[in-house]
Amino acid sequence: MAKITMTVNGRQVSGQCDDRTLLVHFIRENLGLTGTHVGCDTSQCGACVVHMDGRSMKSCSTLAAQAAGSDITTIEGLAANGELHPVQAAFKANHGLQCGFCTPGMVMTAVDMIRRHSGHLDEATVRAELEGNICRCTGYHNIVKSILAAAAEMGGARVAAE
Amino acid sequence: MGVEGIGARVARKEDKRFLTGKGRYTDDMSVPGMKYAIFVRSPYAHAKIRSIDATAAKAMPGVVGVLDGKQLLADGIGNLICGWMIHSKDGSPMKMGAWRPLAHETVRYVGDAVAIVVADSIAEAKDAAEAVVVDYQELPVVTDATKALEQGQPQLHPEAPNNLIFDWQIGDPAATDKAIAAAAHVTEITIHNNRLSPNPMEPRATLGIYDGGDEHYTCYTTSQNPHVARLVMSAFYNVAPENKLRVIAPDVGGGFGSKIYIYPEEIVCLWASKRTGVPVKWTSDRTEAFLTDAHGRDHLSKVKMAFDANNRIIGLKVDTVANLGAYMSLFSSAVPTYLYATLLSGQYDIPAIHANVRTVYTNTAPVDAYRGAGRPEATYLLERTMETAARELGVSPAELRRINFIRSFPHQTPVIMNYDAGDYDASLDAAMQASDWNGFAARKAEAARRGMKRGIGMSCYIEACGIAPSAAVGSLGAGVGLWESAEVRVNAVGTIEVLTGSHSHGQGHETTFAQLVADRFGVPIDSVNIVHGDTDKVQMGMGTYGSRSGAVGMSAVVKALDKVEAKAKKIAAHLMEADESDIVIENGELKVAGTDKTVPWFQMALAAYTAHNLPPGMEPGLKEGAFYDPANFTFPAGCYICEVEVDPETGVTKIIQFVAADDFGNIINPMIVEGQVHGGLAQGIGQALLENVHYDPENGQLLTASYMDYAMPRADDLPSFKVSTSNTPCPNNPLGIKGCGEAGAIGSPPALINAITDAIGNNRLTMPATPQKVWAAAHAAN
Repeated sequence: MAKITMTVNGRQVSGQCDDRTLLVHFIRENLGLTGTHVGCDTSQCGACVVHMDGRSMKSCSTLAAQAAGSDITTIEGLAANGELHPVQAAFKANHGLQCGFCTPGMVMTAVDMIRRHSGHLDEATVRAELEGNICRCTGYHNIVKSILAAAAEMGGARVAAE
Repeated sequence: MGVEGIGARVARKEDKRFLTGKGRYTDDMSVPGMKYAIFVRSPYAHAKIRSIDATAAKAMPGVVGVLDGKQLLADGIGNLICGWMIHSKDGSPMKMGAWRPLAHETVRYVGDAVAIVVADSIAEAKDAAEAVVVDYQELPVVTDATKALEQGQPQLHPEAPNNLIFDWQIGDPAATDKAIAAAAHVTEITIHNNRLSPNPMEPRATLGIYDGGDEHYTCYTTSQNPHVARLVMSAFYNVAPENKLRVIAPDVGGGFGSKIYIYPEEIVCLWASKRTGVPVKWTSDRTEAFLTDAHGRDHLSKVKMAFDANNRIIGLKVDTVANLGAYMSLFSSAVPTYLYATLLSGQYDIPAIHANVRTVYTNTAPVDAYRGAGRPEATYLLERTMETAARELGVSPAELRRINFIRSFPHQTPVIMNYDAGDYDASLDAAMQASDWNGFAARKAEAARRGMKRGIGMSCYIEACGIAPSAAVGSLGAGVGLWESAEVRVNAVGTIEVLTGSHSHGQGHETTFAQLVADRFGVPIDSVNIVHGDTDKVQMGMGTYGSRSGAVGMSAVVKALDKVEAKAKKIAAHLMEADESDIVIENGELKVAGTDKTVPWFQMALAAYTAHNLPPGMEPGLKEGAFYDPANFTFPAGCYICEVEVDPETGVTKIIQFVAADDFGNIINPMIVEGQVHGGLAQGIGQALLENVHYDPENGQLLTASYMDYAMPRADDLPSFKVSTSNTPCPNNPLGIKGCGEAGAIGSPPALINAITDAIGNNRLTMPATPQKVWAAAHAAN
């Protein structure tokens, strides 16, 4: 058994788990944060994407023990003070989700994608960068639209701030 | 149209919880004392079970129990059944073999469940499942349906000699043969419709809870139709009486047909909860999903289409072999018959049609409805045949279709369906304009200068939604009625709950159903809650499939709203001492027309519940229910055009543009409708370009059992789509709506394949059109 301490959504948490426990199961089962999903067994679908130390990663591909000491943000930690994050708001405005199951991973991937590209995204880049996230409902059309809209807004905000 | 009423592009009420991680799916549920289940599954596609020894497994850490099929049989749990009776053309009933929830004698496909292990953790259950020793005697295997019909092949079920389930026909064979004999031209083609895995992103899951005190069962499950699950588990599987079984389908992460059916796992987990005395949760992993979720399609058809000298279709003959897998799933018999062959007239006036369908057992996963269910098979067959005929006849594909379009409604086809409304020229015109069809030649020439082969293809589809009326489907063999029910409950403060038997698993009912109420009473949609997915809350229901939630589910809501409105007007008229025929409802107020007298909606509602001042004899309260049984199917139709560029060096196909022009009748929320089309297109394009369930024909092993092997469409496989709608309202339901959930998946595969075959100049191409196949076809002599 491993005793693990990490920061999740700004709060320090500890828990005991089997050495073989994946981070996604630690988040879901030990912490009860069920917004992070498991959609496959082979690290392809991206429903489990969270941020570790500010970067998106698949929580199904990391042992919980490997995440000890890190700073994790899950979908539950993205909206601040009850206000949707601009990426969440863009998904809602552009109908970027249907059944909602892939959505947490999509949103967490999109936030990091926009950050890495400083908001400068085009459709081809967004589509290429979504390689690790599978959606079966939307045909990606409105997901791409949502991410581009959020990037424009966040990029615009950044330019305004500069 | 109000800002939140019918036709408004309203953002979804349910989005916030999904976007903030507050969605509650079955695997998110946990209850005190809950344990985890893992199923022991057959690694062989066909084998006798000699023995099952769970001694070692039971001694493993954390194990609560290991149960097998003999115990299940001893407890009287019944066989899984197919609920739609089909008779062969000789009058004999379909040959249904036994499907045990846990096999105890014979396993018939890889993944067939033989035992359940219940343990403290998933990891411990997995470890123990590996320690269950099952002694199998391997049997020979057949996976291909046509081969399974041949003499000397392995036999799956003693009830079905030569693996033939039924040999069914529809239409007029003599008239069709006569038309073919007299034809000026006959187009002949063999059409293969590839086997697919539905792949909703949420894997199936179930939590079975037995309460010994009340002898009551609760089943959380990933279902599109919880009431149907309760009915079937009670009436046929002997799990529990209906009044002792609550089925809850909470948030469900997509279905596409695969979550209609009642699978062995729900039954076994409920039973195991009683046997072990603990709540039992099982969640499928993705490989289990590939192995055991019902697959879709898998048809092989021979087609003859006969034309007269004026290029009018005079006859269509179809001979289809449909693979139903190892067992007959719940609606499996209806898919290749009444959901398929009844659509073979397409958008065309065809005087004589004959279709023969043989369904076959093989050592593969059960096959049942997947998005479109029969209608994609019919459309792919027809639209590839039409394109082929146009090339053979030297007529433009649009012209050949126009020559044969149905233009007078109602139209009775020779294969049961009576089309009520449509305008097929309108969608064809819209698609051709949106795709700049006339500018294609120039684009093709430009592509050729770059060494690329450009092609364009179209598809004019029709589908039938709503699957009804109940009496009609009953006469065709359906074991259930296909009505829908609704209840509208106005609270004392005027807020409203709508309880519906439809189930939303991505379709956005919490928004669109609320729009109906907002439209009717002028109240904000935030004051309307939609309740669904729980048999203890919602009175009755038939669930969501076949694009029926709008045409059937919403129509039931409309009927209940009519009753609420009538009573509300009576109350308001009494309060204002006016005649009820003078009362109008606008912007959340009940007014006496032509006066300034008004009663706010909430005040009328309060009056209904205080009951201090109601019309004489009126019952207190404001809550009305309704059942709605449609008068006919609905018939969405449209035209899809796809333009592709094929790289002759690599065989890689790039979609340059994809245009969809649909007629869904009236639309409640265009944003949601567009989203449904986008998703359907992606699944259809996935079928045409990427996806294929592949079994090793020698041993029945599934070779495409993960996302590393089964090519799910990714974002960079697809373009942005150009979608539009035209509107001929459906005359047979109160909202004039037809349904939009499946159209994209139905219409898109032939448009894409027609475009590729146009580009490469070779019509011999099967789905999925992988680069390897396209390269080979492009380089083969045509």
